[in-house]
Amino acid sequence: MQQQPNKLRPFFENLNFERDDNTMVINFGPQHPSAHGQLRLILELDGEQVVKAHPDIGYLHRGIEKMAENMIYNEFLPTTDRMDYIASTSNNYAFALAVERLIGLEVPRRAQVIRTMLLELNRIISHLFFLATHALDVGAMSIFLYAFREREFAMDLMEDYCGARLTHSAVRIGGVPLDLPEGWLTQLTDFIDRLPAQIKLYEDLLTENRIWKMRLEDVGIVTPEQALEWGCTGIMLRGSGIKYDVRKEEPYELYGELDFDIPVTDRCDSYGRYRLYMEEMRQSVRILRQLIGMYAKTEPKLMAHAPQYISAPKEEIMTQNYALMQHFVLVTQGMRPPKGTVYAPTESPKGELGFWIRSEGEPYAYRLKARAPSFFHTGILQDILPGTYIPDVVTIIGSTNIVFGEVDR
Amino acid sequence: MRKYTPKDNVQGRAKYTDRFWVAPQVPRQSVEEDAHFAEVLEKIKAAVEVLDAYIEIGQLVIHIRPEQNIDALRTLKEECGYAMCSELSAVDYLAQDGEFEIFYQMLNLDEAKRVRFLTRIKEDQAIESIVPLYAMAKFAEREMYDMFGIVVNNHPYLKRIIMPDDWEGHPLRKTYPLEGDEFASWYEVDKIFGKEYRDIIGPELRDPARVDRYDTQRFARIGHEVPFGADPELVDETETPIEYSSDFLVDYNKGPHKVLDKRK
Repeated sequence: MQQQPNKLRPFFENLNFERDDNTMVINFGPQHPSAHGQLRLILELDGEQVVKAHPDIGYLHRGIEKMAENMIYNEFLPTTDRMDYIASTSNNYAFALAVERLIGLEVPRRAQVIRTMLLELNRIISHLFFLATHALDVGAMSIFLYAFREREFAMDLMEDYCGARLTHSAVRIGGVPLDLPEGWLTQLTDFIDRLPAQIKLYEDLLTENRIWKMRLEDVGIVTPEQALEWGCTGIMLRGSGIKYDVRKEEPYELYGELDFDIPVTDRCDSYGRYRLYMEEMRQSVRILRQLIGMYAKTEPKLMAHAPQYISAPKEEIMTQNYALMQHFVLVTQGMRPPKGTVYAPTESPKGELGFWIRSEGEPYAYRLKARAPSFFHTGILQDILPGTYIPDVVTIIGSTNIVFGEVDR
Repeated sequence: MRKYTPKDNVQGRAKYTDRFWVAPQVPRQSVEEDAHFAEVLEKIKAAVEVLDAYIEIGQLVIHIRPEQNIDALRTLKEECGYAMCSELSAVDYLAQDGEFEIFYQMLNLDEAKRVRFLTRIKEDQAIESIVPLYAMAKFAEREMYDMFGIVVNNHPYLKRIIMPDDWEGHPLRKTYPLEGDEFASWYEVDKIFGKEYRDIIGPELRDPARVDRYDTQRFARIGHEVPFGADPELVDETETPIEYSSDFLVDYNKGPHKVLDKRK
């Protein structure tokens, strides 16, 4: 019902009063600070209770899938940074993995070690960001500062490796462009030595905190059935008692050789998911420790050898004519993967991130579909919000850990 | 003769293709090579007509008829344990065949196996919604409708999801240009100012690389500065020397600063 504004009844663009059934429709976002980006949530309220929720997305739509059809594969890789901008490496990696599977490429072991390191470091960065913003939404200001402090050290490590803090593009199709800088592993060791104590600090502040428990326990219940039919993945799925992690079940990179656990809880609520995030950070530390040992045993080769698809190393391009010619063709025309379709799932910090690529043998992907976990985690809000109260809405949005670069793409 | 540009596909194209180039095909395996997939295929064959089936990059691909999508997915969910639909969307083959190809990417969590259903529909044909089986289709089918204009029957709320409700055109079709069409260039002008301001404001500049040196409002003319909004014809083009102000440009290398080797 469109309201008619007049002097007695002013027009509020965020509120809509409906007389018939005594409910109120409010517009949460798209610029609400706890909407985690550009989420517009249309809530129908009965008093303080949500009767109906309607997530409205698309405010950050940049047509990334369309751009993929108009760019050569290597050109598109930096664009994937802009999807889940909290964990860019996981996007770069998911795309690179899909293309590598399409062309059937074997990545050198040192590149695999570096990639897995970056992925896990990025997972820590992303989980710290989750903790900081989620706690801030719920009202714990100091956790935000503590978590961002540690995240800063992790981002410094990223910056030392690839020069960027958010949009890394540190993974290339066929390997990684650079070896680890000198002293990087020492700094990484320092960081992961410090991190468990910090995680304990956060847990001491939050886990038994009376307010934190009141706000999170039994809030945002996602039943296992709901999680499955909504295509929830990652912690949203494991928080509902279903143990599925792509790293363990369909191992990619070095995850098959590494020793780590998949934490799982059947609490189904925000508190259980918070506990999983903390435990996953500890597991990432454990993985990183093993990777540091693996690095020394590898050959110093960083890019796969596949002259048809991947440019030769720079020394060869500068000294050998044929390598230069191939490089020129690959840069100006782009690689041409074989005809076929690939779907390569990976475990990003948010859930299952996979690129579905249909190639028609052209240098441009015929169709690229980014399967973003947050897209479905936003969709499930319409089923889990009804029945909850207004303050819990903020907790639930925070707990789903959605990033809008990925939802709208 | 003028160069022919096809209208049915305006996406990026290879600038040069060797005339003897034949694109290879990703190797496909027969379904018998994997016991689990062979079993799944038997059950699907008992329920619906299977047009083609093979294993491609470790995943089972089954081509089915569009009318039977719901039966095939129900069999897969209830008899083969594929509890999750990871993704569904479409591929535009209108230019080649006048068809869309719709894919359903399915996951079995117990076996860690993935199956992909492929089905083709004509441009004006609708497909049955899979919302009764997988709630994720509430969002995914809306996105497919929004991006391709594929109508989904019996969907609870089939509206645009990413583009605005009053948008015209479906952006992921091959006939839709990357920088948007005529409608897109006027959309914000009409929405914010109204149609009557079209002449004053002009269409939205949707080419990111566009530079107009005679536009003195939107573009700087370094070395040839003119007043904001001035008519560039009336301004003389003599080069203005670039001046650097010591107030704005600070040399941080001078002075008593200490550069840290390492973060504390």
